Amino acid sequence: MAAEIGQFTLIIALCLAITQSVIPLIGAYKNNFSWMAVGRTTASGQFLFLIISFICLTYCFVTNDFSVLYVANNSNTLLPVYYQISAVWGAHEGSLLLWVLCLAGWGYAVSIFSRSLPEDVVARVLAVMGMVSIGFLSFTLLTSNPFERLFPAAIEGRDLNPLLQDPGLVIHPPMLYMGYVGFSVAFAFAIAALLSGKLDSAWVRWSRPWANIAWVFLTIGIALGSWWAYHELGWGGWWFWDPVENASFMPWLVGTALIHSLAVTEKRSTFKSWTVLLSILAFSLSLLGTFLVRSGVLVSVHSFASDPERGVYILAFLAVVVGGSLTLYAWRATQFSSGGRFDMVSKETMLLINNVLLVVAMLTILIGTLYPLFLDALGLPKLSVGPPYFSAVFVPLMLPLVVLMGIGPLAKWRRVPIKELFNKLKILLVLGVVLGIVMPLAIYRDTTVMTAVGIAAGAWAILTSVFAITRLIAKRDSSTSVTKALSKIPRAMYGMVIAHIGIGLFIFGVVFTSAFSDQKEISVKFGEQIELAGYTFNLKSVGSVQGPNYQAMRGTVDVHKDGEFVTNLYPEKRIYTVQQNPMTEPGIDTGWFRDLYVSLGEAVSENEWGFRIYYRPFVQWIWIGCLFMSIGGVLGAMDKRYRTLTKTSKQTTQTRLSTPVTPT
Amino acid sequence: MKILLTIIICLALSVGASASFITVAPEYEERYEKLLSELRCLVCQNQTVAESPAGLADDFRIEVKEMLERGATDEEILTFMSERYGDFILYNPPVKARTYLLWVGPFVLLVGGILIVIMLVRKRATNIPRNELTEQDKQRLQSLLGDEDKK
Repeated sequence: MAAEIGQFTLIIALCLAITQSVIPLIGAYKNNFSWMAVGRTTASGQFLFLIISFICLTYCFVTNDFSVLYVANNSNTLLPVYYQISAVWGAHEGSLLLWVLCLAGWGYAVSIFSRSLPEDVVARVLAVMGMVSIGFLSFTLLTSNPFERLFPAAIEGRDLNPLLQDPGLVIHPPMLYMGYVGFSVAFAFAIAALLSGKLDSAWVRWSRPWANIAWVFLTIGIALGSWWAYHELGWGGWWFWDPVENASFMPWLVGTALIHSLAVTEKRSTFKSWTVLLSILAFSLSLLGTFLVRSGVLVSVHSFASDPERGVYILAFLAVVVGGSLTLYAWRATQFSSGGRFDMVSKETMLLINNVLLVVAMLTILIGTLYPLFLDALGLPKLSVGPPYFSAVFVPLMLPLVVLMGIGPLAKWRRVPIKELFNKLKILLVLGVVLGIVMPLAIYRDTTVMTAVGIAAGAWAILTSVFAITRLIAKRDSSTSVTKALSKIPRAMYGMVIAHIGIGLFIFGVVFTSAFSDQKEISVKFGEQIELAGYTFNLKSVGSVQGPNYQAMRGTVDVHKDGEFVTNLYPEKRIYTVQQNPMTEPGIDTGWFRDLYVSLGEAVSENEWGFRIYYRPFVQWIWIGCLFMSIGGVLGAMDKRYRTLTKTSKQTTQTRLSTPVTPT
Repeated sequence: MKILLTIIICLALSVGASASFITVAPEYEERYEKLLSELRCLVCQNQTVAESPAGLADDFRIEVKEMLERGATDEEILTFMSERYGDFILYNPPVKARTYLLWVGPFVLLVGGILIVIMLVRKRATNIPRNELTEQDKQRLQSLLGDEDKK
């Protein structure tokens, strides 16, 4: 029964989405306020019905309803209940449902938080979001229905993929999707502005907090994915330049460019059409990511060709969205005024270069990800593009970006006296370089040129960001206290500084981990001691353990340093009962400055086991850095000027007509 | 999700694999690790030989180890592997006619991007009059945003 209700509400949501994309648009065109107001009610209605639909699917999982095909394929009675819930988005159909739910959630948020915006703008924005929603809802219903019945019902489910049975994977997809889908709001604002032909700085101010929040979700989502890979895959890596990772990283790069470009457009009303283009691009890349991951094209072009239904649908949708919005862009963008004047050396130019570097980085990843597919499609010999390629082309692009990141915030709009800027920064520059040389030598008594450059870049990012705040404090009147001066600095400024410090911490993490990691892969007898990076590892025993839905061999490892006890680690090798797959569950001791990471291999004999030990310095800083970036993004979106917006609405907002609850 | 499946397949393949661990003499360790991280495990979806637990990866490890011990250079080893198994095995794609676009593309894009910036900024620095918004624009903006927050 729940499955039928779920399917039915899904269809209702589709009908509402169709209404939402047509009626408000006509209303905006004809200046009919009651038609425009339909946008808000349908957006709320769509969200409500999708919540019901989602709850229905969750209910099927929790009650082990194996007459639903999707549940039977992805759950099991022995699965712990929290994994039964996360199994809802554990495979294709359910994650699509989560996707449309997120989309409807964003639409609802827009309808709530945009009370102060002109009605016609809200109507157009919601209509565009409705169109996106139609695309995905019909995709779900036509090709990937999660509520499809299985007859006769299965007696037992096939269990959730064991790799997904991890806390990281419980929250990673929702965060990532919130980010992906979040860019649909900025996209909708851009398209709405193109449709209305009024592309002033106002729409940028409305769109900016939304882009920020979407970017934050995407940042958290990607970071969680990387954290999960580190914890679950068992070889201590945190980023693999895998096509699936690249698919989420490309919208992140363009999203980063977008939030910077929005800043210029809001403050200086330049780069308007460029900002519109970035908004379209960010969302298009989210769609492309969905296509790459969902169509099976990554596994092989041929497997895509043999089962093309889903892939072709998304590809067609992608073509309509990208083609349509670019056509609209080409038609309208020339009408926009191009904004103010600025000099060669100015904040505007620096932000423009920031954008160029980020977009080129994205295109590079795009080329690297699609290149093997193209060769394959052309029938040429297969080719692999992997980490060595990406590091070789990506890092050189990021270095100038970090250098600029230090200068940009201190530069002035329009024109920067170069000499003055250099005088301000020369001490920090020297300090950064010195730290880059000294830190690795002081901590590890070893360094390379690349390591020194990397650490210098990280130090530079942090130093200049802190300086951006202290400079403002130093400039205060003699009468104001430091705390008062601090409280006067806008939140967006703090947001930027914290996010940039996050980049610095992230760089420290990446550089130290890749330069000074150590590892050993050996077979060990019980009681034998292994030395690695100053730590002594002692494999005491390996015994069997019974989990809720798996059996495991669990090793006990003592770790000592200089004769002092440090920690116990318990790496496991699990066999999940249903799918019979061996899974590695590493034992990890997390620390501020290093992780100790042990994973269990195969048994060599009764008291000898294969064993992988990793020493990973500063690896946690990678995710701490991402956390800082996210906090920065939230602070940016919470800036006072976006909140005052809601209070000043009286002159602009036309009286809103109360409409009855949407008939369905 | 597909990749996860293939990782599982790889792991499953490893069950039958030889349980012995391949270790190299300390003087080769660094080169050995680096070479393994540039080779692709052919039966996995997307994993380096260094990361792969599959049995085939063990065969590659032994091959690399033996060549190292025979005194082959890194380049000789990689060339040997790609001649035997195809370019697909190399994560660092070789520069040849088929990959020109891959290697040159990013730099062409970068140069193009920088050129566009220079052209744009030049135009901006000279052609555009100093005043920015017309009175009318300002009024419209003001009415849309309200009177607060003049900056």
